[in-house]
Amino acid sequence: MIPDPTADTARARATYWRRNLTYVASLLAVWFVVSYGAGILFVEQLNTIRIPGTGFPLGFWFAQQGSIYVFVVLIFVYVVLMNRLDRKHGLDKDGDR
Amino acid sequence: MNVQAWTSVLVGLSFTLYIGVAVWSRARSTNEFYVAGTGVSPLANGMATAADWMSAASFLGMAGSISFLGYDGSVYLMGWTGGYVLLALLLAPYLRKFGAYTVPDFVGDRYYSQTARMVAVVCAIFVSFTYVAGQMRGVGIVFGRFLEVPVEIGVFIGMGIVLFYAVLGGMKGITYTQVAQYCVLIFAYLVPAIFLSLLITGNAIPQLGFGGVDQASGTFLLDRLNGLHDELGFAPYTSGAKATIDVFAITAALMVGTAGLPHVMVRFYTVPRVRDARLSVGWALVFIALLYTAAPAVAVFARTNLVNTVSEQPYAAMPEWFSKWEDVGLISFDDKNGDGLVQFVGPDARGATGAPIENELTIDQDIIVLANPEISGLPNWVIGLVAAGGLAAALSTAAGLLLVVSSAVSHDLLKRGFKPDITERGELIAARLSAAGAVVVAGYLGINPPGFVTEVVAFAFGLAAASFFPAIILGIFSKRMNREGAVLGMICGISLTAAYIVYFKFVNPTANSSEHWWFGISPEGIGTVGMLTNFVVALTVSRFTPPPPAEIADLVDMIRVP
Repeated sequence: MIPDPTADTARARATYWRRNLTYVASLLAVWFVVSYGAGILFVEQLNTIRIPGTGFPLGFWFAQQGSIYVFVVLIFVYVVLMNRLDRKHGLDKDGDR
Repeated sequence: MNVQAWTSVLVGLSFTLYIGVAVWSRARSTNEFYVAGTGVSPLANGMATAADWMSAASFLGMAGSISFLGYDGSVYLMGWTGGYVLLALLLAPYLRKFGAYTVPDFVGDRYYSQTARMVAVVCAIFVSFTYVAGQMRGVGIVFGRFLEVPVEIGVFIGMGIVLFYAVLGGMKGITYTQVAQYCVLIFAYLVPAIFLSLLITGNAIPQLGFGGVDQASGTFLLDRLNGLHDELGFAPYTSGAKATIDVFAITAALMVGTAGLPHVMVRFYTVPRVRDARLSVGWALVFIALLYTAAPAVAVFARTNLVNTVSEQPYAAMPEWFSKWEDVGLISFDDKNGDGLVQFVGPDARGATGAPIENELTIDQDIIVLANPEISGLPNWVIGLVAAGGLAAALSTAAGLLLVVSSAVSHDLLKRGFKPDITERGELIAARLSAAGAVVVAGYLGINPPGFVTEVVAFAFGLAAASFFPAIILGIFSKRMNREGAVLGMICGISLTAAYIVYFKFVNPTANSSEHWWFGISPEGIGTVGMLTNFVVALTVSRFTPPPPAEIADLVDMIRVP
């Protein structure tokens, strides 16, 4: 039997897309927890804790500092994960300018 | 040198720089005019995006709002940065792969519909003009206060500069000018922030300083500020007064609105490859975060300084900056109890006998960043620098918005709409003319600001959240989404959002309080409800109408891989 190349491509693309969606869902879960969770919904409870050695109540710090730092990290994690996934699927060639 | 001389020199130098960059990088084709020839490096694009995005509102307004709102000001900090995560994960790579020139281009092609394209064009133009009016007002304030020229002249100079490089350079000129403007604005923001942090807490890093010890009192700065607030009858600084659901809704509307703003999305069309688009969102947020993490620190320093400088002090002994801002009408004092002292107090203030104390001082929160260096007695050149930075922030954002308007007219309305046979040269001329026209309209709005500039900003984010964001997300992540669903979704989302805002802001402003709001959500946060409505309507309608044609499924497959 000669393998059907289009079916192979379609299957590879589906795998690629599913993996991408898994990454996106996990990173967005963290995004939600640090901003809406720590910074808004549970801010009062976290404010009873203080970051040691500073004047920051923890919830207030997440809302005005921590969430922003985490957002930056999340994007770079996604960049690294997707670059690796692109390489694995041979999608990192410079052909699509 | 005095403040005015320093300001003239620094503003003059920065304007010369922008013009030089614009001459060096002028556009020769529509491809260069709309998307800078897709040749911008991810780092440069990140910087340009940061300048594009951080407007007069971020630079001049935000720290002031936070210093008045305390914890509730977090909605701006999280809302205006969290949207970049959505951009990087859900939008930018796919928009870049699709490779169009404008946002309405994507909506029109993905939904194989001129109606969808036109709805998107109208939203893009409306959102951009709303926003640009605010920038021109910022330009006017800076010129009026620091160079002591009339606001009209200030706006004319600003218009002239933007006209020059937007019309000449298109996206290419704008991109490289924005890189220069980012450098000016971040320097101008961080220098006074570092000065203040050193003065008040002895720590050179403002982001750490505002959690540190106040050198004057020996207690933590935030504790001291909460103490001052308690004495003066304001709500505690580190906990909020807004309802949790409202904070949640406003943050979500701002995040989704940010991700859905056309002048931000179009920046990711300008990089060479899909992976550059992802990386460039990362760089953009790094450059934005430099300012956004310093802003809450500036807010705390400003608040503490302000209270210490004015509270219970004799009006006659107020410093020079106080009377200068009084002259432009942005500070007003009314000695209600006739004691000659300034009472700057909150709604719960009580005197020693328990009798309520009336507040006598009204301060426009937009002046806090501009007034801050003067309040703290920083050197004159720092004050001039802040003025130049404010102008950089306003002009860079104005230019990005004007480009959206110009490409919506020349590309979406003419080339892809009414006049498809237009030549490349004709389209470029149309793009330049519409950029010039847009500058003139923006200037008019800056000189004669509709009294509701701050109110309509809620509109810009609400509409972006309720229209573009769901339509584009569904276009990428759902192959089943069709023309009928997308168009009806956008129309329902926009109508609901617009009706709610118009009702509470213009028709019945007296009812604009939490007991009349739906579920306690303010007009600023209603974009979240509009977005959800859009999603629900679009998904429901698409299940009962014919699926999109086969070539659309192929198109979606194409944009999902780099």
